[in-house]
Amino acid sequence: MKPPAFDYLRARTTDEALRALRAEGAEARILAGGQSLLPMLNMRLARPALLVDIMDIAALQMVAVTKDGLRIGAAVRQATLETRRDLAQECALLAAVLPWIGHWQTRNRGTICGSVAHADPSAEISLILVALGGTVHLRSARRAKSIAAADFFTGMMVTARADDEMIEAVTLPLNVPGTGYAFREIGRRHGDFAIAAAAARVDAKAAVLAVGGVADRPLARTLPLPGDASLDDALDEFSWALEARDDFHATGEYRRMLVRRMGRAVIEEAVSCRA
Amino acid sequence: MPRLKNGQRHHVTLILNGKTVSGMAEPRLLLSDFLRHTLGATGTHVGCEHGVCGACTVQIDGVPVRSCLTLAVQADGRALRTVESLATAPGVLSPLQTAFCDHFGLQCGFCTAGILMSLDAFLRDFPDAGEAELRIMLSGHLCRCTGYGPIIAAAQAAQQALRRQNRMPDLHA
Repeated sequence: MKPPAFDYLRARTTDEALRALRAEGAEARILAGGQSLLPMLNMRLARPALLVDIMDIAALQMVAVTKDGLRIGAAVRQATLETRRDLAQECALLAAVLPWIGHWQTRNRGTICGSVAHADPSAEISLILVALGGTVHLRSARRAKSIAAADFFTGMMVTARADDEMIEAVTLPLNVPGTGYAFREIGRRHGDFAIAAAAARVDAKAAVLAVGGVADRPLARTLPLPGDASLDDALDEFSWALEARDDFHATGEYRRMLVRRMGRAVIEEAVSCRA
Repeated sequence: MPRLKNGQRHHVTLILNGKTVSGMAEPRLLLSDFLRHTLGATGTHVGCEHGVCGACTVQIDGVPVRSCLTLAVQADGRALRTVESLATAPGVLSPLQTAFCDHFGLQCGFCTAGILMSLDAFLRDFPDAGEAELRIMLSGHLCRCTGYGPIIAAAQAAQQALRRQNRMPDLHA
């Protein structure tokens, strides 16, 4: 359970990190909080030739409200957002999921963007990025590119990031007046990977429900509002479309049941939260 | 910092429990192993080496983190505190350690160092935390012996002892 050998570079600027990625390609991995990458290294599931530590890069440490939403730089730790004073008023879903990400001890090191890059199917940040229609900002030595969250997550821990690209930041849309937001996850113990997780945003017209931990990546769908008799059928259809599989933690059947029941509960909670 | 080559050992200097210490580390050397084998601070234990058991928890700049998920080279220049820092003098247990003894908060003791380092920071930052918050924070630690009940009791007793100490600092100096 010890990592294989690699070089280590602590980059001082984004450009320095990008030059290293351009030179080494897939042989280089960005090291941010390390709470997802170090376990993979310790289990030798990854064998990069070079780790590029980005945590000293000042430009990546920013959290700012822009016209598109809350923009979070790649070197921002989860714990930093957890103590952000007005977060619930800015982005209710981010405030809701943070206490559910890993444990306090891992949030003290882990980053928001690192979780997105790792793309675990049950990750909370990926889930709300998809639920809110957020954006991932990629950068390489060649160019900068922004991609919608739904297009970024392409498979089980697979993303649209090219080998020479790094996530520079993500943007989470701010709370919309008149929209309610809710989140729930089910796991055997607090802090475990979610067996299933659901995030909803509901306005006067429709409900958007995103589900994580069931398919190979978080997926969202627009559903009828609770008053509509067709919601249960729509949830059932959604639960089958996610292609839930049996695994060590739960059966596919159990996960479909969670999608139907937890999905409805989260939508109803979001309705009651509409300001 | 220049690029550190794999397979070669590099200087790592940090402040450990208030003292500046130095050692040599390959880039791949985990902080947990650097503490235990290079610096000889074996109070920190290693359980799962993937961040879930909490046995390896130490404080970097006062913040509890997993030393098994930190490279020694990442800790260069930082201030570390490990379980060895808790006793106020040789043989004199801190209020937290005393509470764990009094309330049977440990049996084999393997998980204990990590729990103490988490609690030390948590009770400092959240002195009025309720039992529910304590339990959630402690979900980051696995214990096979105690069933957690005595750990909660010890944590709450420590919380009370620290409150008394903070109200009457001179008496406890």
